[in-house]
Amino acid sequence: MPKEPILEIAGITKHFGGITAVDGLDLEVQPGEAVGIIGPNGSGKSTLVNLITGFIRADDGRVIFKGKNITRTPAHKIASNGIARSFQMARPFGTLPAYKNLIVPLSSPRVARRRSGRYGDRDEMAVHLLEDVGFERESQIPYKSAAELPHGYLKRLELGRCLAMDPEVMILDELFSGMSMSEVAGALPILEQLRDDGITLIMVEHRLRELFRVVDKVIVLDFGRKIAEGSPEEVMKEPEVKEAYLGAEAEEHA
Amino acid sequence: MPSDQTRRERIDRGIKARTDDVFAVSSWRNILYLTLPRAVAIIALLSFPLLRIFVGAYWQNVLLITLAVSLTALSWNLLSSVGLVSLGQALFYGAGAYTTGYISQHLGLSPFLTIPLGTVGGAAICTLLLYPVLRLRGIYFALVTFAMPLLFIRVIDATKILGGAEGMTGLPALPSGAPELYALIAVTLGVAYGLQRLMDSDYGLVLQAIKDNDRSVIASGINIQWMKAQAVFMAALPATFAGTFVTHHYQFAGISTLGLENSILPLTAVIVGGAGPSAGALVGAFLLVPLSEALRAFGTLRVVVYSVVLVVFVVGLPEGIFHFAKRKYQQFERRVDLE
Repeated sequence: MPKEPILEIAGITKHFGGITAVDGLDLEVQPGEAVGIIGPNGSGKSTLVNLITGFIRADDGRVIFKGKNITRTPAHKIASNGIARSFQMARPFGTLPAYKNLIVPLSSPRVARRRSGRYGDRDEMAVHLLEDVGFERESQIPYKSAAELPHGYLKRLELGRCLAMDPEVMILDELFSGMSMSEVAGALPILEQLRDDGITLIMVEHRLRELFRVVDKVIVLDFGRKIAEGSPEEVMKEPEVKEAYLGAEAEEHA
Repeated sequence: MPSDQTRRERIDRGIKARTDDVFAVSSWRNILYLTLPRAVAIIALLSFPLLRIFVGAYWQNVLLITLAVSLTALSWNLLSSVGLVSLGQALFYGAGAYTTGYISQHLGLSPFLTIPLGTVGGAAICTLLLYPVLRLRGIYFALVTFAMPLLFIRVIDATKILGGAEGMTGLPALPSGAPELYALIAVTLGVAYGLQRLMDSDYGLVLQAIKDNDRSVIASGINIQWMKAQAVFMAALPATFAGTFVTHHYQFAGISTLGLENSILPLTAVIVGGAGPSAGALVGAFLLVPLSEALRAFGTLRVVVYSVVLVVFVVGLPEGIFHFAKRKYQQFERRVDLE
């Protein structure tokens, strides 16, 4: 018996002026599944993330989360309901120390409701979360101002913010971009652990080899349309994918 | 002698421990070092109302206005911490003045009731007025706040409501002299301290985060529209209070309370004093208001001097006097030879 999908996207469409960024896209994500979204630049991956999380409003179609239509739900409520997201360009709170960045999600209604804790406990919780994503406490990096952090740390801070939300679905928009090889290697076990813990993962990614270590299913976007869906091996064999994705990649590198 | 062979080195005085706000206090000298600046300022403030024979009623009145501007500046400071730049503090000030004036005229209540009612009522009115524009960012929000009090001046003037151009006169007075001043001093210090504590709390942190990066706050599951509305309400309170207080002091509420000066003076006070900590707003107000009173003899030329002060500070010391003085107090400089 098939499980009820945790996230169901049906015919979602978004136009920006004359451009159709996402064009009638359907997607079903089962609870605990890890899904990769790939495709050339401008294929609508980030727009899709913004549509799911309510940061932009769909022109058509719907998003169902746990049986509830969230297409018109405000972004903060979607996050509160359990869909955490990271941003492609890291968006830290630059004037605050790194660990204080996590105080924000930890003080949100969702988390405050779930994690009991007294005033001041959140600081400790925040530092723990940062340690989980590879901030070394001894190095004082958690206490540094977020504006001074190197790019790789900022991406991991994004991941930390998602973790702090204690989410059911985590959508990571190009988490690996801008990370060094060793940083990616450090982040992979965290993601694998999350997947094994039953958190539903949706990852938009350009770094395919690393992505395929985490996800069971891949969908490929091109010009806002889904051109392939399946296991990583299946998808990469599709001629259309090779042409759209690798062709564009090749052009990019030319 | 400064030369090419030396460089300036800044060294923290040994008392402040490296971690935030944790002081390793070891001697009376250290305790004095840490508490003296605050203590001197507070003692000076508290003794001023008792010195009526020496300073005269005029300067005591200046103190009252200074405290009112301080409160309105603290209000501006809170809004700016959330990323809301207000060019219309007069809206809050005027809303307090008119609300308390209206209540005392129509219900005949004593100032002890109309001041709290006017403070909270005025703040609620301002929050409702600004709620629709809270999603505007930066300059757009600033422009709306700038226009609002000026709009109300025209409306009141044209429709003759709320006393029209003449305003509401003959409102009940507060017990004048020292009690009045002490009440205002207590509120100002209380607000300054309270806001400082608020911004250090987790709740205050979320407010600051909205200024830094509102989309990340949304992604953290927090309704920023609602948070901003709370911030506007809290920020309105000290300013509406100042409006109600001065209204009963002068026994008058009129369109001058909505005037441009009440918007610009608090803003300039924060810029001169230093944005962020409450003390910055207070330092700015206590420099600017007496200065502007001392320059009263120059008549309209006052505005010129005033503008020059603003320009000098924006260009020369953008961090503000408080931050500058604090740094000088906590660090000393010396010349060291270059290796």
